[in-house]
Amino acid sequence: MDKPVRPGLDARQLAENFSDIHPPLGDFQAKAAAAECLYCYDAPCTRACPTAIDIPTFIHKISTGNPVGAARTILAENILGGTCARACPTEVLCEEACVRNKAEGEPVEIGRLQRYAVDHLIDRPTDHHPFSRNLATGKKVAVIGAGPAGLACAHRLAMLGHEVDIYEAMPKPGGLNEYGLAAYKMTNDFAQREVEFVLGIGNIDIHYGVSLGDSMPLSALRKSHDAVFIGIGLSGSNDLNLNETTLNGVEDALSFIERLRQSPDEVAATIPDRVLVIGGGNTAIDAAVQARKLGASDVTLCYRRGRDEMSATRWEQDLALKNDVKMVLWASPDEILGNHQVEAVVFERTSLGSDGQLISTGERFDIPADLVLTAIGQKLNSTALGDLDVAKGKITISETYETSIAGIFAGGDCTSTGQDLTVQAVQDGKRAAHAIDAYLKG
Amino acid sequence: MADLGCTIAGIESINPFWLASAPPTDKKYNVERAFQAGWGGVVWKTLGADPPVINVTSRYGAHHDATRGLIGINNIELISDRPLKTNLDEIRATRKEWPDRVIIGSMMAPVEKEAWQSLAVQIAEAGVHGLELNLGCPHGMCERGMGSAIGQVPEMVEQTTAWVKEVVNIPVFTKLTPNITNILWSAEAAAQGKADAVALINTVNSIISVDLDTMAPEPTVDGRGTHGGYCGAAVKPIALNMIAEIARAPETQSLDISGIGGITNWRDAAEFISLGANAVQVCTAAMLFGFRIVDDMIDGLSGWMDTQGYRQVADFTGAAVKNVVDWNDLNMNYDLKARIDPEKCIECGRCFIACEDTSHQAITITEQTDGHRRFDVVDEECVGCNLCYHVCPVPGCIEMEAVDTDRPYMTWPEHPLNPVKDAG
Ligand SMILES: Cc1cc2nc3c(=O)[nH]c(=O)nc-3n(C[C@H](O)[C@H](O)[C@H](O)COP(=O)(O)OP(=O)(O)OC[C@H]3O[C@@H](n4cnc5c(N)ncnc54)[C@H](O)[C@@H]3O)c2cc1C
Ligand SMILES: Cc1cc2nc3c(=O)[nH]c(=O)nc-3n(C[C@H](O)[C@H](O)[C@H](O)COP(=O)(O)O)c2cc1C
Ligand code: SF4
Repeated sequence: MDKPVRPGLDARQLAENFSDIHPPLGDFQAKAAAAECLYCYDAPCTRACPTAIDIPTFIHKISTGNPVGAARTILAENILGGTCARACPTEVLCEEACVRNKAEGEPVEIGRLQRYAVDHLIDRPTDHHPFSRNLATGKKVAVIGAGPAGLACAHRLAMLGHEVDIYEAMPKPGGLNEYGLAAYKMTNDFAQREVEFVLGIGNIDIHYGVSLGDSMPLSALRKSHDAVFIGIGLSGSNDLNLNETTLNGVEDALSFIERLRQSPDEVAATIPDRVLVIGGGNTAIDAAVQARKLGASDVTLCYRRGRDEMSATRWEQDLALKNDVKMVLWASPDEILGNHQVEAVVFERTSLGSDGQLISTGERFDIPADLVLTAIGQKLNSTALGDLDVAKGKITISETYETSIAGIFAGGDCTSTGQDLTVQAVQDGKRAAHAIDAYLKG
Repeated sequence: MADLGCTIAGIESINPFWLASAPPTDKKYNVERAFQAGWGGVVWKTLGADPPVINVTSRYGAHHDATRGLIGINNIELISDRPLKTNLDEIRATRKEWPDRVIIGSMMAPVEKEAWQSLAVQIAEAGVHGLELNLGCPHGMCERGMGSAIGQVPEMVEQTTAWVKEVVNIPVFTKLTPNITNILWSAEAAAQGKADAVALINTVNSIISVDLDTMAPEPTVDGRGTHGGYCGAAVKPIALNMIAEIARAPETQSLDISGIGGITNWRDAAEFISLGANAVQVCTAAMLFGFRIVDDMIDGLSGWMDTQGYRQVADFTGAAVKNVVDWNDLNMNYDLKARIDPEKCIECGRCFIACEDTSHQAITITEQTDGHRRFDVVDEECVGCNLCYHVCPVPGCIEMEAVDTDRPYMTWPEHPLNPVKDAG
């Protein structure tokens, strides 16, 4: 018997809890799944993909036994197709659009097929990068942030012949791929393996542990490089505006996930039994589900509205329920109880007023907890951005991803181009790279 | 309940489903299992004079579809590789134990009268209901002057048939090869030789695949391969045409036909019979799924016959032959238009791209305000080719509708635009 990580949970069980949520398809399964695809023309799934991957073509290639060709088709539009295959909410993207839904109520397993193809290429023993660089342009672009937006932008810029410096605040690349996505979506250190693959194009230098800000102001980068791309995501978190900061046992869900992504054993050893997560988005769901998987026996997720209003998809919500996360809906946090250590959260029962506004019913109740995780949204950390125009918490950009300062571009979560999803960040990075290329060519 | 009993070349069978001469009928053990499963008869694996042949390994190649379903297989096996006496003893014993089932003896020999006649007599004496002359095997045996080497020369087809007819008084089936230019020449030759029936098709000569690592055709025997006989679902269309040709040609019409080639279920069998087969034989489907498939063949066919009001097999035997005509007899004034049902359409776009790239640019896509796409047929452009109807994955979504042209039945020879129109 393995030494327990915490009472009732040994290392083997912990590893099992965090194994692939969608296990990879074997060759035979992939062929069978690919055979379901009708090879649509001008396919609805492709239209639903933010990066417009030619899905019928890549699936057709899988069915003919050409998985590497399939991967090339995927990666040509989405260089982080491997992460997207694992993390995209396909149930509201490509798979929702799949014509098979209308025909027989089930979509083609596009996400898993995409993973099958990309893994085939990334895992193959030869390290030939599938794309090549254009003739060198002699131009140098600074990319801030090595998250999906920054990486996609850097890769495309390199393909277009430019030299790229990436400046990344953290010690590892990948952004939320490395520090934010649920661990059971990104097993086997995939985020790092993928970044290594992306860098295989060449001419991309990553400088770690350097933050945009006082020691490296935007103005200086603008001078040292021919253009700048900002892909810094949303590194701040919204506050509940209660007394949360003064108590032990109240943590931002994102920092909790960041800790567990880096050392799940340590977090499993210390996580208390009663965990309360506040929020209704995917971050809240991820925090709650992972708390359960780490061994917390009593995990509750509280949201101030109903399931229909949650930004987490149905699939994510069901995942929480399947993992025995209790859901308390129509409850708004009002007060956190405890001396040094949190003991409980007092909620107010809410409902919808006649005008559709959320109103309090006056009813109050409390939920005891040893750890409270807040997941009520991330926000832009704009202090480092200097004079750049920011509106409604996002960097203002034009149709061509250019900020208010010429030569400085931005994309991903720090801008408002679409939903805050990995795949959208990749599309932004890719399109911004083309805009930068056009800008550099004058 | 419909009666599945049928008669072919004067032989009565409890149902029209026989196993073709091949591994499934190689020995008593298999044949008994087949009879237990419900098969009406078997054509025993082809017998030759001793010493028996020796086979190689491997022997079968495969033609898979995308989901590893088998479209067809090919083989490079020879005839029975067991001593003649062993086979004849087993035939005798099986005949005794299964008196209501048909056993046909299949045979082949080099083109020598004595060889054909002595073998035919020996097999007939074992008590078979009839003899089938294997003039079709397209691999191996043909290199020894047998099988398709005979079947491809009409004079030899007639000759061997006549030799056998001379010495036996049981029905003789001449089994034809599809590896010829015109099946009627072989069938006419069989009729000239006084065959009671023709059986067709034997396998289609083929190379089924190439192993791209070893650069050798498959099945591969120690790094090399040879052409073999292709059979299974893929060959059904070839067989149906040849049977229809024989059934409608005045010179061959009187021959009974044992239909073979890709029959996999009762529906296939019904099609063969409607085109003039008096009974059918099955090989590949049994090799892929086992003898149990006859269960569905039996109740599928009788169920269908009940719904159609056919009381016995003879009621629809050849029923479709009259509708098989030459192209020149088709109505040039008939007109069909594709109709796409927007309710059933799942918007895959397959009809559009098929017609747009390869047919008549007769389908349009219209973006709807709700983001959906509507597919419509432009009647003026649609030639009624059926392509969209076939590629559409949703049954009943595209229908081909006959439009009333108000014009009379007119064949090409009668057509005003025909430059060589018959003056009379
Ligand atoms: C918990 C959680 C779970 C999620 N799950 C999913 C999911 O399952 N599927 C999905 O599609 N999306 C998911 N998302 C959203 C997705 O992760 C983001 O949309 C995506 O990562 C955005 O990419 P980005 O490159 O814009 O930003 P980020 O991924 O945030 O990357 C920004 C990078 O910039 C760096 N950086 C920040 N500030 C500075 C600075 N001043 N100087 C230098 N570097 C800096 C950061 O360290 C980081 O590496 C999730 C988000 C969260 C928070
Ligand atoms: C492995 C194998 C061996 C065969 N051997 C013979 C044979 O010995 N004699 C013969 O007349 N036909 C032989 N055939 C041909 C079959 O009897 C039959 O004509 C042909 O396979 C087409 O029918 P099917 O599509 O139902 O298989 C053989 C076929 C196969 C697959
Ligand atoms: S029937 Fe042929 S021509 Fe008419 S719409 Fe369909 S594919 Fe086009």
